[in-house]
Amino acid sequence: MASNVMAFQGARIEAPTWGETLHEWVTTVDHKRIGLLYILYALLFLAIAGVEALVIRIQLMYPHNGFVSPQVFNRMFTMHGTTMIFFFAMPILFGFGNYLVPLMIGARDMAFPRLNAFSFWLSAFSGFLLYFSFLGGSGLYGAGSAPDVGWWAYAPLTARAFSPGPSTDYWTIAVLVSGFGSIGTAVNLIATILCMRCPGMTLGRMPLLAWLYLTMCGLALIAIPPLSASQMMLLVDRYLGGHFFDTQAGGSATIWMHFFWIFGHPEVYVLVIPAFAFISEIIPVFSRKPIFGYPVMVAASVCIAFVSTSVWAHHMFTIGMNSYANGFFAITTMAVGVPTGIKIFNWLATMWGGRIEFRTPMLFCVAFLFQFLLAGLTGVMLASAPFNWQLGGSYFVVAHFHYVIVGAILFCAFAAFYYWFPKVTGRMLSETLGKWHFWLFVVGFHLTFDTMHVPGLLGMPRRIYTYEAGRGWEGWNAVVTVGAVIQGVAILIFVFNLVRAALTGPKAGNDPWDAWTLEWSTTSPPPEYNFATLPEVRSRRPLWDLKHPEDPDWKYE
Amino acid sequence: MTHLLNIFAPESTPAKAIIDLSVVVLSITAVIFVVVASLLVYAIVKFRATPANADREPAQVYGSTQIELAWTIVPILIVVVLFAATARVIHAIQDAPQPPDAIEVTVIGHQFWWEYRYPALGVVTANELHIPVSDPSRPRPTFLTLLSADTDHSFWIPQLAGKTDLIPNRINRLWMDPLRTGLFLGQCAQYCGTQHAKMLQRVSVDTVDEFEAWARAQQEPAVQDESAMAGRRIFETTSCINCHTIRGTAANGRFGPDLTHLMSRATIASGAAEITHENLRLWLKSPDAIKPGSLMPAMNMSDAELDALARYMASLR
Repeated sequence: MASNVMAFQGARIEAPTWGETLHEWVTTVDHKRIGLLYILYALLFLAIAGVEALVIRIQLMYPHNGFVSPQVFNRMFTMHGTTMIFFFAMPILFGFGNYLVPLMIGARDMAFPRLNAFSFWLSAFSGFLLYFSFLGGSGLYGAGSAPDVGWWAYAPLTARAFSPGPSTDYWTIAVLVSGFGSIGTAVNLIATILCMRCPGMTLGRMPLLAWLYLTMCGLALIAIPPLSASQMMLLVDRYLGGHFFDTQAGGSATIWMHFFWIFGHPEVYVLVIPAFAFISEIIPVFSRKPIFGYPVMVAASVCIAFVSTSVWAHHMFTIGMNSYANGFFAITTMAVGVPTGIKIFNWLATMWGGRIEFRTPMLFCVAFLFQFLLAGLTGVMLASAPFNWQLGGSYFVVAHFHYVIVGAILFCAFAAFYYWFPKVTGRMLSETLGKWHFWLFVVGFHLTFDTMHVPGLLGMPRRIYTYEAGRGWEGWNAVVTVGAVIQGVAILIFVFNLVRAALTGPKAGNDPWDAWTLEWSTTSPPPEYNFATLPEVRSRRPLWDLKHPEDPDWKYE
Repeated sequence: MTHLLNIFAPESTPAKAIIDLSVVVLSITAVIFVVVASLLVYAIVKFRATPANADREPAQVYGSTQIELAWTIVPILIVVVLFAATARVIHAIQDAPQPPDAIEVTVIGHQFWWEYRYPALGVVTANELHIPVSDPSRPRPTFLTLLSADTDHSFWIPQLAGKTDLIPNRINRLWMDPLRTGLFLGQCAQYCGTQHAKMLQRVSVDTVDEFEAWARAQQEPAVQDESAMAGRRIFETTSCINCHTIRGTAANGRFGPDLTHLMSRATIASGAAEITHENLRLWLKSPDAIKPGSLMPAMNMSDAELDALARYMASLR
């Protein structure tokens, strides 16, 4: 096989032109290239939504700031939320999944390569469609372009009586189309994981990452269709005279809330389960031990996914449900804490007794463990329905879910970048810059999101473009803004590190971390066909078996 | 001022019950945090790679059923305790019976102001709620019926009760029994459109005598001040009357706040500005200068008309 490649490369007369390269990338069905497209696309939207976050923070730095108008502010938080969830978090996790899953299960590509490309381009175009709304049309009365109804788009604010212009339609259709893309990729990953594993890789020998992606994709298939359905109903309301959510014609605002959160809460786990996947691979390698309690980790993940489908109305404790419904959603929500706790304990036990190497990926994992623990505990507070009547809809909630999405998911994504970058590019990221990135980001993160809990406790609701002086909120908000700027600087260092290492970083070799899963057995970057001969595995850590023939894992599993 | 919206400074029974529950929840979560974080710190310090152990892999441990069982059962027990504490408070607050002498208020959320109607007293007012203090020996709670005229809103006075949403086509209930007199603040806690931020709330908790005097004054029709007749004529001959009510005159619109006793309030534009002649005039001339995006239109009047109209507003005691 290797000699074929040589011959193929030798047959090339000249390097491909720009046009040819572009054509190759646009028409590619290779899972690695599509994965990279997803990731680059996600980074673009991370930058855009990050700038929107900074606009929000500058506006809220002190009371009665006039940096932006209320109309612009409302657009900023709507676009920030929508972009981060649908056009940063989802694509980056699908990107890593696309790149890693076939390599880690010893496959040559995804099960449906063309569906894969189709799904990516659906997602990509839906993101551009959303941003076209800045040119495209007006939103709330007199408020100019771009969606401004909040990322939950609660009815009846989305009814034409309140949002006559097309900006809400851009939002609806962008979210709908991106949902189709996500469903396509979820189906593809499930089929790949179930049908494309290399010889010897039983379900029980899959890397945890594959198990977690399988769980996440199954959950996505449950969660996204209700969202798509509700978007179609909203379109019917707005253009065909339907009255699902049109309260002025007897429709129900709460039905939209149920639809949205039946999607919205599992979505949190759709995002966090891949984050679990990354660190379940990274912590063992840098602790030099196998993951502790593999079957329990699998069971806990699947359990989280199941329970997470029956917790959605904890986003709705303030809508006046009766005491039985409030009690039900309180206990199901608290129950999620049990399998989640089990996962934290297992990661801890993996580190226990190990030989922990604090390279940059591991630093992000350790920070994740502390932050996810705290995010889980504030989640328990919010699950206590009466406490939620005070905390819900306030900055406490904003702090809580940013702790999950930034403190847990984004930290894991950074860990994944530092860990798999050498495999993807064949070059190492700078450890020095990585540590600068890590420490600056940790400091910025905690300044921003630890502090942000406090104005919530002091009665500051979310989604206000300005606030009154003298309520005890101003000092805290100033600190939050400073932290946000520090995070921005850290992200710039990260991007610089990525670009510099991709061009001039030291060569990585096949297996720079002395790791144990299959992707490290092929070259860096991997060839188009991934493996010259399909590997055959006998345990969960095939490379451990190769490196330690005297003490292989398969003797114990 | 700084504690006026602090949820940890409750001044009524439901708010106190929530804070008592929060102390239980915070204590349990704090203990969990300290235990788990200490274990993490210990692991990080104790099991780090050193030059001494660099050349050999640590013992390869795959798991332990006993340990897994332990850290499954203990969290389940914690969840049971937390849920029991939570369920008790949910029931105590939500299923509390309404005593016969409770004050009834209907709250209607509007973009971007609050309408308060006291059906038993025949009082209609806006933005500033008056309720009597509730003496624990003779409780006199206030029961609110929460409605919305347009989009979703949320009623939240942190020191008096948790928030409850006002949702169109839905009737929600909320009660509070303030244990001391004074001013309590809050603001709309559910995004309701462009000016969500300046949909502020003021609740004045009065002694029973003060409250009854206030209610009697509110029941009166508007004062007819001869010196402000020019302004009244302007009000009655422009579109002002389409949206506003001034009882005792031809104005009976319901889209905007009832202005019958405007000057009994301390603020205009749902708390966005103090009620002074200058602010009233500015509000009439250019509402966007005070509250951009509010649904009050600029009236395009001459300076003389603005002065007369502001004087009329100032006469509505």
